[in-house]
Amino acid sequence: MSETINDIQNEIIEEFSMLDADMEMTIEYIMELGQQLPEMAEALKNEDHIVKGCQSKVWLNAEAKDGKIYLEADSNTAITKGLVSILVRILSGRTPQEIVDADLYFVDKIGLNRFIGTQRSNGLGAMMKQIKIYGLAYSAKAE
Amino acid sequence: MAQTLEKHTLDIQKIRTQFPVLHQEVNGKPLIYFDNAATNQKPKRVIDALVKYYEHDNANIHRGAHALAARATEAFENTRVSVQKFINANEPEEIIFTKGTSESINLVASSWGRKFLNPGDEVLISTLEHHSNIVPWQMICEERGAELKVMPINEAGEIIIEALDELITEKTKMVAFNHASNSLGTINPVKHIIDKAHAVGAKVLVDGAQASSHLTVDVQALNADFYAFSAHKMYGPTGLGVLYGKRDILEKTPPYQGGGEMIKEVSFGKTTYNDIPYKFEAGTPDIANVIAFNEAILFINELGKENIVAYENELLAYATDKITQIEGVKLIGTAKEKVSVLSFEVEGIHHFDLGMWLDAKGVAVRTGHHCTQPLMDHYCIEGTVRASFSVYNTVEEIDAFIEALKSTISKFKK
Repeated sequence: MSETINDIQNEIIEEFSMLDADMEMTIEYIMELGQQLPEMAEALKNEDHIVKGCQSKVWLNAEAKDGKIYLEADSNTAITKGLVSILVRILSGRTPQEIVDADLYFVDKIGLNRFIGTQRSNGLGAMMKQIKIYGLAYSAKAE
Repeated sequence: MAQTLEKHTLDIQKIRTQFPVLHQEVNGKPLIYFDNAATNQKPKRVIDALVKYYEHDNANIHRGAHALAARATEAFENTRVSVQKFINANEPEEIIFTKGTSESINLVASSWGRKFLNPGDEVLISTLEHHSNIVPWQMICEERGAELKVMPINEAGEIIIEALDELITEKTKMVAFNHASNSLGTINPVKHIIDKAHAVGAKVLVDGAQASSHLTVDVQALNADFYAFSAHKMYGPTGLGVLYGKRDILEKTPPYQGGGEMIKEVSFGKTTYNDIPYKFEAGTPDIANVIAFNEAILFINELGKENIVAYENELLAYATDKITQIEGVKLIGTAKEKVSVLSFEVEGIHHFDLGMWLDAKGVAVRTGHHCTQPLMDHYCIEGTVRASFSVYNTVEEIDAFIEALKSTISKFKK
């Protein structure tokens, strides 16, 4: 992959800037992104892969292949699924070290704090943490 | 076109001018605040009372020999009298200030429960309870070897009265249930259950958090032993609650926490406790909020509780009629007697998505399990969307909410 994590973050920031901070347009766009998320195998949507959130469920699976981590994810709510798809787009196919080092500044820039922040409502913050944990675990294994 | 509600006598537009928070835009849309069952908004007179207290009267109460302490103490104790009259308690000493309904219930479970519950005794709650009226009882039952029993409900969300004869027995020592359900709005037959409990010698705690601003409460007519509620759900400040208890029961109940205010005399050998209500009010209380709470009670009294109830009932009936006409909407909780709470789900759309879309359209509702997970389990659902109304809400807002909901549902039908 030639684009860096930051290249993709900047792309996403650019895409969201066209929505003019309009909350309805933003949600609509997030839901569209969710529809583009590759299907996660139903068999993986089990308790082992669930990321605990307060209101919506998020399933996350990470597989290591050729030194990179590939993510699969899904959610039972349309908006969270869209948010999840953004994280997959940025972080899937990266090396464990890239994931550990990633500074996800796009969250602040596109005003997604309210979706993630302190509300505990959609499991996205927990998913970001979980991906970092996978990154740490795989980078420790690699050493 | 909005229908006009003609039965009530309140000037709602005038009432709205007293609530500064209502006059704002959220996500570029006029705010429609329908999360009143979580907390309702505060009239200017409550906010002004807080400011006035800090600007003019701030002093610790009950002990000071100076003018400020005297003023603060008088204002603080005036609220106690207002609360006493508000729920028709026999005397102001039966009114204890707490942090909220949760703390009021914890106080009873912890202090009364530790003294009066024994192995083999039973505590009876209902399926409708908020976690605050479940967990404290689970904790004390586990500690004391008592058993927790649960009153079942029917599909409409009403307690099944016929089941009480088997559940309320000589073993029952405490029956704790809500006056009105926060999740469904169901108004429970409080007097009937209290009489049944008293017939076997059990005590009763009523969780009045959802009832205090939506129903007329008369603790003597109900013959409740304990009645708990929160200021912030009745136009008052956050972080403040009330526990009413009958004098003879409160006197037999040991203190909840130790500290200042609650003692008569302290030596390292022995401490004697203060009289009620101070025995249960350890430490400096929330003086500013108690004083401001008086204004919230006056606000309700001046409008007239019966007028508020009549108007909210009209709003609920109007909203229920409109929402049930939308395809795919299912009401959760269809009790005959309800406070102004409308809980629902929409087929095929997660409540979190609905809540986010409604917020984007300026409508504040609550989504999730509303801290009543066992109740959600009863309906085999994860949660609902809950719209709840207060006296400052309008028919026009309900129309806008219904339109926002229809437009949201259409987004998912593409």
